[in-house]
Order: sequence, then structure tokens, then C-alpha cells
Amino acid sequence: MCLGIPGKVIEIYEVNGMKMGKVDFGGVVKEACLAYLPDLKVGDYTIIHVGFGISQLDEEEAQQTLALLREMDMLAGELDAP
Amino acid sequence: MKYIDEYRDEALTRGRLDEIRRTATRPWTLMEVCGGQTHSLLRSGLDQLLPPEIELVHGPGCPVCVTPLELIDKAIALASRPEVIFVSYGDMLRVPGSERDLFSVKAAGGNVRVVYSPLDSLKIARENPDKTVVFFGIGFETTAPANAMAVVQAKNQGLRNFAMLVSHVTVPAAICALLESPDVRVNGFLAAGHVCTVMGYWEYEPLVEKYHVPIVVTGFEPVDIARGVLMCVKQLEEGRAEVENAYARAVRREGNRPAQAVIHDVFEPCDRPWRGIGVIPRSGYRFREAYRDFDAELRFPEVQTIATQESSLCMSGLILQGLKKPNQCPAFGKECTPQTPLGATMVSSEGACAAYYRYGRLAEVQTPNPQIQTGQAG
Amino acid sequence: MPLNIASWTCPRPLQNYPTIVMGHGSGGKMMADLIQHLFAPLFDNDLLAQLGDSTTIGLSRIADGLSPDDMRHAIRDMRLAFTTDSFVVSPLVFPGGDIGELAVNGTVNDLAMSGARPLFLSAGFILEEGLRMETLGQIATSVAAACREAGVQLVAGDTKVVNKGHGDGLYINTSGIGVIAPGVNVAPNRAQPGDAVIVSGTMGDHGMAIMSVREGLEFETRIESDTAPLNGLVQAMLAAAPGGEHVGSPIHCLRDATRGGLAAVLNELAAASGAGIEFEERRVPVRPEVHAACEMLGLDPLYTANEGKLVAIVPESQAEAVLGMMRTHPLGQEAARIGRVVAGHPGLVVARTAIGGSRVVDLPAGELLPRIC
Repeated sequence: MCLGIPGKVIEIYEVNGMKMGKVDFGGVVKEACLAYLPDLKVGDYTIIHVGFGISQLDEEEAQQTLALLREMDMLAGELDAP
Repeated sequence: MKYIDEYRDEALTRGRLDEIRRTATRPWTLMEVCGGQTHSLLRSGLDQLLPPEIELVHGPGCPVCVTPLELIDKAIALASRPEVIFVSYGDMLRVPGSERDLFSVKAAGGNVRVVYSPLDSLKIARENPDKTVVFFGIGFETTAPANAMAVVQAKNQGLRNFAMLVSHVTVPAAICALLESPDVRVNGFLAAGHVCTVMGYWEYEPLVEKYHVPIVVTGFEPVDIARGVLMCVKQLEEGRAEVENAYARAVRREGNRPAQAVIHDVFEPCDRPWRGIGVIPRSGYRFREAYRDFDAELRFPEVQTIATQESSLCMSGLILQGLKKPNQCPAFGKECTPQTPLGATMVSSEGACAAYYRYGRLAEVQTPNPQIQTGQAG
Repeated sequence: MPLNIASWTCPRPLQNYPTIVMGHGSGGKMMADLIQHLFAPLFDNDLLAQLGDSTTIGLSRIADGLSPDDMRHAIRDMRLAFTTDSFVVSPLVFPGGDIGELAVNGTVNDLAMSGARPLFLSAGFILEEGLRMETLGQIATSVAAACREAGVQLVAGDTKVVNKGHGDGLYINTSGIGVIAPGVNVAPNRAQPGDAVIVSGTMGDHGMAIMSVREGLEFETRIESDTAPLNGLVQAMLAAAPGGEHVGSPIHCLRDATRGGLAAVLNELAAASGAGIEFEERRVPVRPEVHAACEMLGLDPLYTANEGKLVAIVPESQAEAVLGMMRTHPLGQEAARIGRVVAGHPGLVVARTAIGGSRVVDLPAGELLPRIC
């Protein structure tokens, strides 16, 4: 149910009428079925569960949220400083 | 690994923990629904780093744990047939049935194979036309689109020697059943991030309205879980009860529409027994008429008569409902260990009991030693 | 490496049999041909050439494994190390090695972990009827090459053939003899609170290499087994402490981290020594591909097998010297200090996690299976 890992799409093709692709997980490449992500393109990140892409990772959202969290921690650090 | 390592960052996790400490003014009990979240919490030690006011109870979000004993016995019966190649995800191999598990069927010469993707089972069927490949279709809604696609492909390719033993369970009905229970003491939920990736989170909106309980869609890494806890606690402190999304990089409110379409094409909701809990109405999937040919229970009707008895010592049900912790079970660590599990919460590495045993709470495993720092001081 | 049967010494009898048949194990002419034309040419040494029911080894040959200094000690202070192991890996050939290499290195390493210099090996082959002769030749060639690399001689062997359907193609048992220099005292119960815990390199390579070629789990990225003979590294480590091999023993414990991985070894050492072990997860070296493959399958590099890595427990005073020496050796370049032995929580292994939490690292439950949850 849970084990979904983000990877980068490096190739897209068709097998038996299904959209398939090669996905790079930090150096390990594995084939996955991308039939559930019709808008996914090469270069996009996707979350793969049991060999299927279930979501396109929103990179902008991820970067913005990480930046926001880091900023909040910095501010909190300044407030706590004597 | 990109988009994983950043969410395991110590500083970012500590930042969220500090915020939780500043926000919580009184005790709150939260339930994380997903077994993968339990696993992550215990493996990273995050549960010990949370402030003492926050109690996390572990919910029934482990499809391996909640698969009824009967279904495991049916799987074993099918796997033992010489004309069957039984194919499963790895998790199910060591779940004990009434007498043994799939692993021992394999050891005794049964044709049992592990796959990573359900599409691999189709390959096995094509390569073995003289055998029937039966695939163990377990999982929550996260896995349903993959299992469904395997069946769709089998139909399109005219694969006559493929069948699926279905054991799907769905989350919203289970949360409802928990909230309806008179014993419930959960103040807020961390919803399962990947289930919501597929199904969206609009289904939880009527639940927060009716029960006035916050539900926060949460991911799996320590930063994600800490954020989910923080948002839930904030809502509770402010008296709000909304559905919020703390896993926005992967989850949208409407979920994955193409995946939902294929699920609904192949499956329909049905009542399902949850091991240790009982039957929860409309909490499972079964094949629709058009795909019933692929139902292993209809292909091999003799397995339908299998009925079973659970161990009386095992209290997985209470643990799955968050009413007891594993170390409160008298059999924990004694009659019941990962090597000799009595129930599925000990067998599946996602199960709360196995996770507790394996990652071990130092303070509970042995007499507290002043040299080791456990809890929030660490 | 493709094998050319025609290039073997007088291979004609073997050419008539592209696969192993029951006759190759029944002690008659076919078996003699197999030994004479396949095995003997690969393991050309005077001891094996005796071809007796057992091989006679003069003690002077064992003395060859000792230095003139060692020889000054009384014979009753000499110690032999003796071990046996069986190898049943499937597939027979995998990225980075094969069962033959594994069979030699596995036994060489077991000897080395007692602080011994490995000297002589025996090999028993159990062949499945139908095994391709070419495959057997390839494996036997690997065994020979591995022996040369480790500096050991194969001096005794046996071959049996079992019916088709048993034996997974080929099983190998190897036994080995080594000699331990006086003053070397390495044992699992010698870990002391305050000792440093060191690993010789990246964890999880072999286990993931095997996983990567298992049906249904193939990745495209090549993850290679780390199978290697560790005796050279161990000798270098023993010599690293001031005073060399003979002034006390600079190394308390050595263990190769095979099945069950690092977690199994640390638990065994903690239990044997009656001490606790603490380590930092962040300090355990793991190749990025192995890390990624483990994440994908839901596995943990701490529990994944290695075939060319060791764990050493050394007194704190020797740690830097031993680590320094390891890093100059080809098999220890990524050696890292990961933790220490403590007096608290005897028998338990505790890890400090990446986010600063802690967890008990228990013995693995059984065979590692990929998971979906």
C-alpha cells in the first residue's frame, strides 16, 4: 500500500498498447507502467508503486515547501537566540 | 535519492518537532493509518522524539495484517495444487495460515513465486501455458490500479490461464468504522499518503464534517510525518476539523482519475472481513461481472468452503484499532515473536507488533539504563 | 567468459558429453575422464596430483605459512584453523562472480576471520544430471582463479552426480585449513567496552546483486557482487599495530558480514562478548545504487548479504592505525569506523538514526523478501 518511490522518467514507449517507461531511481533504472499518467513526459518525476506510476511529483511544490520549511526554521532559530 | 533524502534531513525534522513542542498545550492522540508510516516512524526513531503530549496509535493500514486468515488458507490450498503457479508480493509469503505459510508450501516443492509488479505474473502465465497462474491480489487502493491493469491485460491478451485471488481493502470505510466505535479515543488522523495519491482526499470531507476530527494527508519520510503531526495538532489546538494535505507534492484532491477509472471498471465495492476487526461494510473490492472469469475463487470453487479459527491468544484486532499497544499483549515477545508469529501484526514487517519487536523500544526491551538516552532527551 | 572446450587438454572424451550424466559420478571411466581432463589441468599442484584417497601434507608445508620468528615457538603453541562451508547459490553465475568464486572466497574468509593464513582447500562438487559441461568448466575455472588470487591450493576434491530435479545445477562444499601465528588471538567474545567497530567497505552489494537477477526483480543497472578473499587485508590489519603480529593482538574480533548482513554480525558479536554495540547509521557506507535498489524493494542494506566485507572490533588505541592500513589496501579503501562497543544493554545493538533518534537493530527474521507495504 505504501512503498512508493520517486524516480525520474528517462524514456517512454508502448508495450501491448500500454504506456511504459524507464525510470531512474538515483542510479538504478527499472521499467514501469505509466498508463495512469497520460501527461507524464521524459524528465518528469513520478512515484512508482509495484512497477506502476501512480502520481506525477510536483517538483515546484516540493521545492517551495522545502524552502519554506528551511526559512521557518531559520526564523525560529533567530527568535530563540539570546 | 532525490525527493527522498531531503525528507530525511535531521535539521528539518527537528524544526518540525520544535514547532510541535511549541504548539501542543495538552495531550492529543493521533492515529497514523498506514503500515508504511508505522514502519518509518519506528525505523527512524521519530516516535521517541515526539513530545510526550503526543501519542501515536497505529491503525489498521496494513493490508497484509488485515487479510483474513481464511484467504491465506485459500491461497495455501491453491498454491499446493500441482497445476497452479501461485504468484504473490513478497509480504504475503510469511503470513501464517491456520497450519503453515506460503513460504513452507514453496519449501515443500509448491510452485510459489514472488514478483515486484503484477504485470510480471502475466509473463509467467504466457511462459507456462500448461499451468494456471493465480495472483494474490492484496492491497489497499494504492495497489488496486496495478492489480486491475493486470486483469485488463489478461483479458485483452486472451490469457486463459490467469486468475486472481482478490483481497482488496479500502480505507475510508475503515476510518468510519473506527470513528463509530464506542471505544475510539483518537483525536485526529494522519491519512495514508499513497492511498490518497490514487483516490484523492475528497472522500474524507464528509467524515471531518460528521465526526469533527481533523484528517491530514501525510507522506512517509520523517519530515513528512512530523509535518502531518504538526498540522493535525494545530487544528486540534485551534478547534478546527478539516482535511489538509501535507503531501502536496504527490497528492491532489481529486487523486488519479485514470487509475480510479480502471479500478471502477474492474472492481466494485463489497463488504469485507478485516482480520482481527470483523466485517466492515463496503470496505473491499470484488470483481465486477465482466471480469468474474478471472476470480480464482470461482475458477477453483472447492476453496470456497475453507473456514478457519483464529488464535485465541492473539489480540491483533485491538492493536489494529489502536486500542492496545503491542507490548501490552501478554504473548508479545514470548509465544509470539517474528519467528513464531500468532497473528499478522507480528508477521508482516509493517505490522505494529513486528515493528515494535524489531525496532524495539529500549525502555521496554530491558531495564532502563541511565547510559542510554531514550525519549525526548535524545 | 565464453569457454572453448576444444582448447582444453585432450578434451575429446568430454566433447562427447555436452551435459553431465549419471555416469560422470559413478567412479568409472567417465568420472576418471572428467577428473583428468576438466579438473586436474585447472588445479595443477603436486599435492592434488597425488590423486590418492586422501592427500598427504607434510607439516613442513604448514610451516611455509609461518615466518621464521613464528617458527621459534614450540610446536605445541601452533594452531591450525579448519572450516567447512557449502554453497548453493542460484543463479550459478551472477553479476560480479559465480558460485565457484564464492566457494573459494567464502572458506578463505572464514579462515581469515580467525586470524589464520589460509593454505589448503578441498572442494566437493555435487552436479545435477543435465548440467552443461561448459558451465561446469566455467565454474571450475573460476575456482582455480580464485585459489590463485587468494594464494591457496586446492589439494583434495570429490564429485558426485544426482538425478535431474535435485541440486539446482551445482552445489559446492569447500573445506579449508589455515595456520594461526602465535600471539594472534581473534575471537567473537573478545569485544570490550570502548572498542571501535569498523567495517571494511560498502554494505549490501552481494545481496542486491543476487536480487537484481532474480526473476521479476531485474533492474537494468549493474550491481555487482563484492566477492573477494579477505586474507590479505586481514594480514595487513594484524601487522598494523605497533610491534606487529606478536605483541598482543591488535584485533579483538573479525567477522565477515555474509548472510544477515551487518546486523547479523553485530548481534552475534554483542551476544558472544556480552557487551552492547552502538553505531551511527549515517556512517555505514552504502553504494548509491544499492541504497536505491533497497528503497525500491523495501529492503534494508543493514540486513543484506556481503561476500567481501568484514567487521572488525579493535581497541580504541589501535583504531586509527588499523583504519589507516585498511584504507591503503584495495579491499579496504572505503573502510569506516561506524560505532563502538559499550557496557550498557549487553547483547543489544542500537543504532543512532539519520534524524537523531535511536532504534534497536535486531537479528533478521529470515530470508529477505521484497515488500509492497
